[in-house]
Parts: sequence; structure tokens; C-alpha cells
Amino acid sequence: MTIHLFLQQLINGLGLGSLYGLIAIGYTMVYGILRLINFAHGDVMMMSTYFAFFGISVFALPWWAAALVAMALTALLGITIDQGAYRPLRQAPRISALITAIGVSFFLENVSLVVFGSRPRPFFRPEIFRPIWHFGGITVLSLTVYTILITLALLVVVYVVVYKTRMGMAMRAVSKDMQTVPLMGIDLNRVIAFTFGFGSALAAIGGILWAMKYPQIEPLMGIVPGLKAFVAAVLGGIGNVFGAVLGGFILGITEIMLVAFWPELSGYRDAFAFLLLILVLLFRPTGIMGEDLPE
Amino acid sequence: MKKDCAMTKDAEMKDDIRFIRARQRWSTDNRRRNAMLTLIAVGLVCGALFLASRFADEYQIRILNMVAIYITLAVSYNLINGITGQFSLEPNAFVALGAYSASLMTMTPLEKEMNFIIDPCVPWLAHICVPFLPAIIIGGLTAAVFALFMGFPVFRVRGDYLAIVTLGFGEVIRVVANNMQTVTNGPLGLKGIALYTDLRWTWGLALVTLFVIVRLVNSSYGRALKAIRENELAAESMGINSFRHKLLAFTVAAFFEGMAGAMLAHLITTISPMLFTFFLTFNLLIIIVLGGLGSLTGSVIAAIAFTWGSELLRAVEEPTNVFGWFTIPGIPGMRMVIFAVLLIAAMLFWREGIMGRKEFSWQWFLGLFSRREKGAKIV
Repeated sequence: MTIHLFLQQLINGLGLGSLYGLIAIGYTMVYGILRLINFAHGDVMMMSTYFAFFGISVFALPWWAAALVAMALTALLGITIDQGAYRPLRQAPRISALITAIGVSFFLENVSLVVFGSRPRPFFRPEIFRPIWHFGGITVLSLTVYTILITLALLVVVYVVVYKTRMGMAMRAVSKDMQTVPLMGIDLNRVIAFTFGFGSALAAIGGILWAMKYPQIEPLMGIVPGLKAFVAAVLGGIGNVFGAVLGGFILGITEIMLVAFWPELSGYRDAFAFLLLILVLLFRPTGIMGEDLPE
Repeated sequence: MKKDCAMTKDAEMKDDIRFIRARQRWSTDNRRRNAMLTLIAVGLVCGALFLASRFADEYQIRILNMVAIYITLAVSYNLINGITGQFSLEPNAFVALGAYSASLMTMTPLEKEMNFIIDPCVPWLAHICVPFLPAIIIGGLTAAVFALFMGFPVFRVRGDYLAIVTLGFGEVIRVVANNMQTVTNGPLGLKGIALYTDLRWTWGLALVTLFVIVRLVNSSYGRALKAIRENELAAESMGINSFRHKLLAFTVAAFFEGMAGAMLAHLITTISPMLFTFFLTFNLLIIIVLGGLGSLTGSVIAAIAFTWGSELLRAVEEPTNVFGWFTIPGIPGMRMVIFAVLLIAAMLFWREGIMGRKEFSWQWFLGLFSRREKGAKIV
């Protein structure tokens, strides 16, 4: 009984953790390169769900096509935010970029409140994600299993991009030393734009899976997952893409376990991530897999 | 040649001494004059507020109250973010702490019984009822004590991490307020708080806050705080204990923010955790950025401009009739979009804000009127 319950919660936790992980990759890559907490990342994720929503409902696209279009649009949005709001501040004090990021985050939230309305909208859950599977005593929505598989598959993609391509090599070079990279003939802005686009596209996948999970979307849905994904990125070691996913899994599992075994604490669920963040920063500021980043 | 040189040196020294004495006399005179002018200005403000309390309508008085509360909040927030240079995002936590603790103090046992309908209030709070002034101070002290404890973990990190950890604390306070049913009444919040706050209280607090924080900034502590902002490592090597100074700034700011929270609660008479979201911090952030990070004067100006401006901007959310020809429909929520754009634009094109790091001084003010003094550059 207990082992079943434990496994059940474990798979739920993994499902939630994969979503945190997918969003956290974008945070960790941007922070690794620009040393900027992209506050707007959670809201970029929110925008992706609306892109997919309108793709399905207005343009009558099949769900996978809508998802692809949403990924492309979200990547474009990420690049636009970087070029419009962060690029002019590359030489400014880092706090200025952070304040701008907070402004962008508020901008996206409130523009979507004005344009899309504050009423939550139902999100489409495709046929293949609907069946409920039984393994022994465990009941799982197929979406949860697919979410975990998609995350692991994307982790391979991320690995290939970061460690096996020229762009990935340039990204790693920028995160080590931003001043030297342009001297080596690498177009810094292209690398940064690519990072934003790639991170945003991954956030779009996370966002769409998130929307299918709770099948509804609303303009403020990005705030809490965004903050928690950041905690996951710090927990795993900021700047490290595998750390981000690992941190996401740990955060997701502990959160689910907390709620499952101490239901009276479920109200404090959102506070828990921050307590974890404070503990990590106190005792191991570089996270689980992180190495010291140059300031 | 040598003798000549010595003589000039001697003469120079005498000159110097004369100059220094003149300057000392001048600066004591000046200080007296400035103190007089400040008193007169405070008197004028009080007079204007007295007139307002007699002749202005309720809506305008409410805005004036909000202006004073925002001045208090912005000036104390700027003490941490602008003067000490520790970018943090937690004022909503301190305002919430002050608001809740002060309201629980002033509410009568009967009102508490009526409020706590799901779970009864904890016994040690249920029978307390104190007057407004001690309640405000308790509100401030609660926030300050909390800031003191929070400072220990928080100031071990810097920069962006500090921002996100303090943001996290703000969220934790809100979540706790939402869940501690027996103390805060959870998501229902507290209703029927007595309307004690009026112009005397809010502006009194704003003036006291300004007085204390200006004195603090101009003291040796203030110079240490600025040194930490400019270069923490250099400040440390000059013997400044940066941790203690940061903690000092944080606690002082929290004390005033808590008191402002107490004022706010007794002005709007209904509080709930929804009131103290990150949105409140965001407003304050816009104010101190527009006013100039590090300028208390700028914070005051921007707080006034922001509060009035956001009231004027209500027009965009209501339908507007253009010369009776046609009606532009109002767009609800548009104000927040404008604020967000304002913040981004300020950061991109106007990072100094209104005042940069400069402060208002009587010297400069008088210089505007007399041509003679403009040339005189004695500090």
C-alpha cells in the first residue's frame, strides 16, 4: 500500500518536475551567459500557451502543428525581448537589466490580461494524452508519462546542441568569458539571440504540456511556475542544463511528496520552493551540479 | 628664490586659515538658515494640509493620504535599494506584517469574533485591544524584528540572488498570511478595521520618516552605506562592517514600511493577503527608479507624481467621450500596461530618473532666485 502510494506520488512528482525542468533550462542558459535572471521567462511560457490555444481554436490547426507554430512564435518572442529590452543594457549595471526584466514580465502579464481577458480558458488535451494507464496499483495519466519521456528526449537534444555543435561551443565560450568571445570572431549577439530563442522554445514545450495537464490557461499562470523553475535552476546549479532538469525533478518530487504525506501543509506548497532556495543559497550556493561562475 | 617661496607659502597658509574660518562661520550661518527654511517649508506643508482637510473632498483627501504613505514607503525602500545599493524586492512583506500586526492590535475582541468565522482567533490575540499609536509602533517593530532575522540569511547573497531571495520572502509572508487561519483569518482577511488614519497621521509619519532617513543618510552610517554601494570590497577594507550596515539599513527601512502598512490598513479598513502581492513592490520599484535610485528627494517627487498620475490614468480605463461625437471605450487593465512600459522605457532611456543621485538643497534652491549666489561656489 505505502510503496504503491510512494510510487504513485513519485511519478506525479516526476511529471511536475519535468515541467519545471523544461522551463528551468531557459533560465539557466540565459543566466549562464548574461548573468541575468530573465524574470519574463515564466510569462514567455504563458504566451506560448496562448499561441497554441489560438492556433488550435482560431486557425483550426492540428494540435501538433499548433504546438510547433507556438514554439516558433515563442522563440521569436524571446529573441525580440532580448533585442528590444536587454541588448541596449549589455554595458549597463546588471541591476538595470534585472529591473527591465521585471518590467517586461509585468508588461507581458498585463498586456495579456488586456488582450486575452482574465477569465481562464479551457485548453485542448489531444486524444493520445487522454487515456489513463494502470501499472499494478498505480494510475497514471498518459500525459504524465509522455511529459517525462519528452523531457528526457529534449535533454538529449539539449546535450547535442550545447556540447556537439559550433553554436553550443560558442555558448559555452560566452559563459566563460564574454569579453574574449567577440575577439575570436564569434558574433556575440547571434549567440545570445540563439540562447534566448532556444530557451524560449523549450519553455513553450513546457508551457503547452503544462496547459494540457491542468487543461486551462490564464494570463498570470506563468508567475509561479517561472519562479519555481528558477529555484530548480539554482538548486541544480545555475548555468548547468542537466542541473536544471535534475533540480526540476527534485523540486517537483519533494513538493508532491510534501502535499501527499502532510496534506495539512498543502497550503504552504508555494512557500516551500523559496525555503528550499534559501537553504540552497546558504549551504551550497553553487547548487548540486554547478561550478563557480565568474562574477 | 627660496626665501620668496617660503614667504608665499606663509602668506598662503594665512590665507587658508582665514578662508577656513570664514567658511566655518558661513557654514554655521548656513546650517541655521537651512534649518529655518526647512521648518518654514514643513509649516507650509502643514498649512496646506490643514486647508485641504477643511475644503478638499473625500476623494482628494484619500489621494493625499496615499501620497504620504507612498512617500514613506518609497523613501525607506530607497534606503536599501538606492543608498545601500542592495537591490531587494520585499517591501510587500514588511507592509503586510505591519498591516496585519497593527490591525490585530486595534481590533476589539468583538470585531475579532465576528471576523474569525471559520476558526476562532488564537487566545493570546483574541482579547488584545490597544490604541492606534502603540499599534502602529507594534506594526513597525514586528516588521523590523522580522527584517533583523531575515537579514541573516538574506545578506549572505548578493546581486540578482538577493533580489530573488527577498522576492521569495515576500511570497512566503503572503502564503503564510493565507494559511494561518487562526492568526490572520486566511484568505478572508480582516474586515471592519477602525478608520483611524487621517492626514495628520499619514503626513506625520512621512515627515518623521524623511527626517530620520535624511539624518541617517547624512551621518557616518549613511556614508558607510554609500561606500558599500560603490564598492563593497573597498568599503570592507576601510573597516566598514558591510553586513552590519546592510542589516541596519534593512531594519530601519522595515520599521518604517511596517508603520506605513499599519497606516494603510487603518485607511482602507479591509485587508487580505491579496493586497500584499508583488504588485505593491512593483509600484514602489517604479517610484524609486523614476525618482532616481539613491535620491531621497527623487523618491518624494516620484511618489507624489506616481500617486496622482495613477489616479489621472484611471481615465484610460473608463469610456471617454470626445466632444460628444463618439465614445472611446475604456480598456480595463490598461494602467498596468502603461506602468510596465514606463519602467522599461525609464531603464532604457532615462536610467538617472528625475534626480539621479542628487538631493534637494536650499543652497541650490536659493541659487535659482539670486543671480549673485549662482557664481558663489562655497559648499
